[in-house]
This record gives sequence, structure tokens and C-alpha cells, in this order.
Amino acid sequence: MSEQKDLNHQLNLRKQQDENQYLTFMMADEEYGLDILAVQEIRGWEDVTAIPNAPDFVKGAINLRGTIVPIIDLRLRFGIPSISYGPLTVVIVVSVQIREQQKVMGLVVDAVSDVYSISQEKAKDVPDFQDSDNGQYVHGLVNVGEKMVVLLNLAKVLDLNSKQVAQS
Amino acid sequence: MSIDLSQFFEVFFEESFEGLDAMESELVNIEPGTEDKETINTIFRAAHSIKGGSGTFGFTSVSDFTHVLETLLDQIRDGQRELTTEYVNLLLKSVDCLRTLLRALQAEETPDLEEANELRGKFEAILGMESTAEPTGSSDAVTEVAKNTYQIDFKPKPHLFKTGNEPLFMISELGELGEIETQAFYDAVPDIHQLHPDECFLSWRFFLTTDKEQSAIEEIFEWVEDDAEITINVCGGIFEDAAALSEENEPLSVQKTATQALVSPAGNKELAKKVESKKSTDSSTSNSIRVGIDKVDSLINMVGELVITQAMLSQIGEQEITESTITALQEGLAQLAHNTRDLQENVMRIRMLPISFVFSRFPRLVRDISQKLNKQVELKLLGEQTELDKTVMEKISDPMVHLVRNSLDHGLEIPERRIAAGKDPVGTVTLNAFHQGGNIVIEIMDDGQGLNTERIRQKAIDNGLIQAHEELSSDEVNELIFMPGFSTADEVSDISGRGVGMDVVRRNIQALNGSVEVSSAPGVGSTFTIRLPLTLAILDGQLVQVAQHTYIIPLISIVESLQIDISKVSRVGKDLDVLRLRDEYIPILRLYDIFDHQGAIEELDKTLLVVVESDNHKVGLLVDDLLAQQQVVIKSLEANYQKVDGISGATILGDGRVSLIVDISGLIKLSGLKRPGSQELLVEQHGTEVA
Repeated sequence: MSEQKDLNHQLNLRKQQDENQYLTFMMADEEYGLDILAVQEIRGWEDVTAIPNAPDFVKGAINLRGTIVPIIDLRLRFGIPSISYGPLTVVIVVSVQIREQQKVMGLVVDAVSDVYSISQEKAKDVPDFQDSDNGQYVHGLVNVGEKMVVLLNLAKVLDLNSKQVAQS
Repeated sequence: MSIDLSQFFEVFFEESFEGLDAMESELVNIEPGTEDKETINTIFRAAHSIKGGSGTFGFTSVSDFTHVLETLLDQIRDGQRELTTEYVNLLLKSVDCLRTLLRALQAEETPDLEEANELRGKFEAILGMESTAEPTGSSDAVTEVAKNTYQIDFKPKPHLFKTGNEPLFMISELGELGEIETQAFYDAVPDIHQLHPDECFLSWRFFLTTDKEQSAIEEIFEWVEDDAEITINVCGGIFEDAAALSEENEPLSVQKTATQALVSPAGNKELAKKVESKKSTDSSTSNSIRVGIDKVDSLINMVGELVITQAMLSQIGEQEITESTITALQEGLAQLAHNTRDLQENVMRIRMLPISFVFSRFPRLVRDISQKLNKQVELKLLGEQTELDKTVMEKISDPMVHLVRNSLDHGLEIPERRIAAGKDPVGTVTLNAFHQGGNIVIEIMDDGQGLNTERIRQKAIDNGLIQAHEELSSDEVNELIFMPGFSTADEVSDISGRGVGMDVVRRNIQALNGSVEVSSAPGVGSTFTIRLPLTLAILDGQLVQVAQHTYIIPLISIVESLQIDISKVSRVGKDLDVLRLRDEYIPILRLYDIFDHQGAIEELDKTLLVVVESDNHKVGLLVDDLLAQQQVVIKSLEANYQKVDGISGATILGDGRVSLIVDISGLIKLSGLKRPGSQELLVEQHGTEVA
């Protein structure tokens, strides 16, 4: 809960209208960013109910105040080896429009990091990832101080009907 | 001061459809010559409110059409005309036509006026009126029809707005009748300090040149008669035809000549445009439900009780824990459980509607079809007040229509054959609905010739559904009519018999977790029995354990649960185990295998087998353990995820965990199991249609 309070605090400090805000999180020492407007809440890891014959990155479903919400392990989604879940494992609940349907999903990440305001111009174009499956998931790259943050295209990342999923 | 009328559209459409339903049911019941006045009045009233409403909202296509209908009804009501079968048929057709028009308007499409104009022509021929099928057509064209110029003084009383009337609409409607010139008088408008924004201070004088009768003008102002001073006078026309009217109307001294009056004011066109744009604004297509006030009241009572129980519990919570508080707490919790169950039942009742909503369409259907087939049919409706879930109701009506058509077409004989068989020439079709356990049962009975088992058998052999040497009981033969691609009709008619019928009926009903059966006796008749769960939102489930996972099997599909007698299991093919249970062979599906779970018990003699049935196809599901039975609320897994094969939905258990509900027919498909004997049975059907 304290995480959420901090987050709200930071949100207020950094409220600027002409820039997009991104929530960033850590995964395998890389920092990734999500459009903060897509983020519904941040929860701790809890046991899930497995969904039969689901791809490996779909960990299962949880009951989020009466709604059934699937939980996705982003590490596995990107083909990074999974780590064991502990009390510090974080689930970011996002609401994304996928193929004209608003879907609520939970993302398992290593840790929530920060909130940045990033102007659209600063976001660098994505290098040509044509050959890589993961390329289409990236919306842009941006430098914040010394670090590089990968901004994600959630609609693509969470589109479970895409070709890549069907093949895997 | 303009109200966005579009917010009332939905109410108007709903009321209009109800009005049309009322008209239809009265019309179907009418026996020409013996009709009573009240029936005609009911029909007239329905038509009148549709006309009024559509006029108010600017749906002229509907109001124009209803107008001729109403005129005819009015004459019948006043005894000027005899009601004949021809009129009844025509009126029924116009009910259909109006429904189509309104549907189109509701969907914000431009309605197709062809049928309406044709019907209108017929009505006008009856009424002896000239055809004015194109009311807002070319007004410049010199017509032979006599035109009159009317002077209309319209002086609304201050409270006009409060009665919900908008002069703008009346004026624009007036403008559609012909050429109009408008003068507005605003001398009554007071000083700004005295001005009440919700009062009307304006009055108008119109000069209208039109080929319409004075009654058409009066009609526009019909709704505000009591709220305004209205005088309508003839003041001359291009083809002077005032002689007939001048007796009742004093000629007025008017400065304007008819030619001046012809000039169409530009302002009026703008008004019309405004109305047009309002019409096109998006009216939200909300799916509403009408709930009886008694149901709402009882809900409020329940909530009241719930609040009291909650207060009691929180009071106990504040006290120190002693023996007595624990007893009180237990009592309170029991009461809470009681309240919650009551509340749940009552909330479900809100979605419940009497089945008469579906039944009411059948009198018309039966009447039309029996006329077409030259059969005499009496339709009996029983248990019309039986309630079922709105969603179920919407989905059950198409299959029912199909079954009723079938009974009329194939079941009932033509009168001559009935007489020859010693039966009443009038056949009977009975629709009966009643509750049984947690299900609603709908029976469709006819006293016709019954199913011809010999022919069904022959057909099934021809189609390769069964082998010629197979011995089948007559019930088993009757079951064959639900197979895909089966039709015994000697010739294909437009009523039934395209061979895409009964299997679709069965599939649609199964999609609602229901079942359909047929029983039949030659020469006596046949009965189709549909069984449906009362609601789609809640399901009686058996919780089972597979490895460390809990699944829910719908109780309705469970035949029995048993421990496996290993000596009766034999292995078929590579990896399919089959259990001999009495005289049946039940394939064993290992749930952990199909769902790809590790850690389940694999030894057959240590597990339990739940025998389930779907599509008349029994399979055994291997589970580790049976847990509790309970009612579960069905939640969508698809909403945030996607369709999962073998799973129909999810639910939340008492401890807050998610549990998945097994979809038996999906599971059978997933397992790749085929019904022995007929390979194509479980292959998915494409391109189905409900005939």
C-alpha cells in the first residue's frame, strides 16, 4: 500500500500537461515504461488459478473484486527466464484496448521503479527490429539521465491472439 | 429552450412496439362480425398513440402511415364501416409494416417506404381518398388537387412549455403540409425582469397553402388544443374550392394574397433542418427492462432487512468477545445468510419475465401459417405467467417458432384426412410452460399424425446416419430427427423442411444449457419438450478436484459419480480407456491430461469417475476427488482473456479464489473423441441457420 501512496505523491509532483507520464518497472536489470493512464492499480503477487492449455506466460486468473483478470508474466512473454515469485513480486494491473475490446490484465514484473514525464519528441524511434518478435512490442526508447527506458506498446504485448502466440 | 428529444426516443420505440403487440393480439382474436367495441377501441388507441408519438418526434413516415390506418379504424369504431376479414388482414400487414419502419428508425436507418406506400394506397382506396403517397414531394409542381390557403392563428397560453410541447415542431410539421408564411408576434414579451424563461409569450399567424384538408392542420395542434387558442380559417386558394367550407368558416379579411402566401420562408427550412439534425443525433441503444413496482418494493424491503442485520452484527463486533456474543454472532450470521439468499433470489427475479412475451407471437404465426396451409388450427396457451430469464427468453423464441411451424406443417393433417381418421377437423397445438425443479419446461404438443418412425428410419439409412441392420427403439428413431442434415419433408416448403432445422434447434437450446426431447405416438400426436435452466447467471455446480486445481462441473450434465471397478475397464486403441457400465461403454477422459495438469492421481482405482452427458453422448471424467456442491455465479473469462476450449466460464468460490467451469461438449471436442458409428457427428457444423 505504501508503494501506492508514494506513487500518488510522485504523480502530483510531476503533473505536467504537455507530457505523457510513464510508470516504469524493472525486469532483469532493464527499465521498461508503461503509459500511466493504462495502469489501474499495483498489487502484490497472490496465488492464481491456472488456465488449462494456456501459453506459459499466462500464469492464471485472479479475482479482482468480482472480475476475472488474467495474470501475465512479462519475463516469459519476452522470453526472459522467469524468477521465483516472492512477497516483493509486483503485479501491475492495466486496462488496455485490444482489438476494440477493453481488457483488464495483470502483469508480473520484478519491481516498480519510477514515474517519468516524457515528452513525445524525446522518445526515440525504435531501431529496426524487423527480424525480432519482440520488436513490435516496443513503442519507443528514451533516455532518462544515464539510463535508457524501453516504452512498451501494451496493446501489442497483451494481444494474445497475435501470430507469435499462436505459434508458440 | 430546446429539449433534446432523442433521449425519449427509446421510450417511444418501446411503447410503440408494445402498442403494436397489443394491436396484433387484438386483431388476431377478432372474428369479423362479432367484434366488440372495446376491442376496436384498444386497437384504435394503440394506433393513435403511435401516431401522436411519431408526430412529436418527427417520424413523419410513421405518423403519415398511421394516420390512414387510424382513419379507417375511426370509421369502423363509429359504425360507418363493417369490419371484414380483408380489413383485418390489411391491418395485420400494416402492423408488420409499422414494426419494420420503427425498427429502421430505431437503428437510425432510412426506412424503406415501398411497402408502406403500397399499403397506404390500399387503405386510401378503401377510404376513397386520393393517393397522397408522396406527402412531402414536389410542391412546386402544379397539381390538379385543389389548394387552399388557411390562416392559422396560434396563440399558446403561457404554460405551454410546461406541458412538454414545443411549438417549433408543430411549425415545422405545418411547413411540411405545404407552403407556409409565418408571422410571429412578440409584443406580449415582457420586460426582461418579468420574463419567465419557462413561459411562452410568443404567438404566431401562419398562412398555409396546402392541398391537405383542414383536419390535417387540426391534427397538428391536436395535442395542444387545451393549451392554446387556435383558429383556422380558409382565406382563399389557387383553385378556389372554399365553397364547401365557407359555410362553417367566416371569410377573413386578409391582406395577403394567395400568391404571396406561396412564398416559402427560408427560416422555415432552417427549422426543418434543425429537426433533421436532432433526429440524427445518437440515441443510445440501451437494452432496458421493465420491472414491476412490486418487485422493486420487495427489493427495498430486503435491503432494509440487510441493513438491520448489518447494524446488529457491527454492534456485536464492538462488544467484548464472550460466550454469549459468539452465540449472538452466529445467529446474526445465519440471519445474514438468509437475507443474502432472499436478496439474491429477488434480484434474479428482476430479470425474470413471464413467458407470455414469447407466447404472444404465436397466435399470429399460427393464424398466418394455417391459412397458408389450409389447415384449421386452434392454439392453446397454458402457463403464460411462468417466468424465466430475459436472456433465455430472447434466445428461446427462434427455436420455439421453428418447432411450432414444424408441428403445423408436418404434425397436423389437413382437415379431410383428420375427418377420415375420425378426429376433429380442427387440429390443436398446445404450448405449455411450467417450472420443474430449477428448470423451466416448455412443451409444444400437437394432436396430429405423430412422427413417422418408418420414414425417419429409412431416411436415416439413406443419409448414412444409421446402418440398415441396426435395431432401434422408436424413441431412438425419433431422436434421429435432431441429427444434422435430416429432413423427412417430401417437398421443401417455405415453412419448414430444408433439413437445417432440428439440429439447429437442439444446438441453440443446448447453448442455453438446456435440452430438447420428442415423444410421439402414431395418429395421436407428438410432443416436444424443452427444458431450460431458469437463468444463465447462476448454475448448480459440483466442485471437483484435479491435481491441486478445483473445477466446477455443471450439475445438470452429471449422470452419476462412481468408483471405477478396474475389471470392467478395457483399453481401446492406443490410449483410450473404456468402462463398461451396465450395458453401456463409457469412454474415460482424464481431465488432468486434457487440461495438462501435473500431479494428479493417475491410477484408475484410486480416482473417481464423474459420468456426464452432452449431446446424448456419455463420457466419464476422471477426477481426484469430489468436493462440495454449490450454486455458483457465472463470470466471463472471455471478457478480459479469451475463449478457452473446454471451459465455459469462471466463478469465484467462497474463499475468493477463481474456479473454472467445465464445458462438457467443448471438452469432448477437445479430447478428440468421436461418437462411435457416426464419425461426422462431432465435427463442427458451419453455416447454420434457423429455418
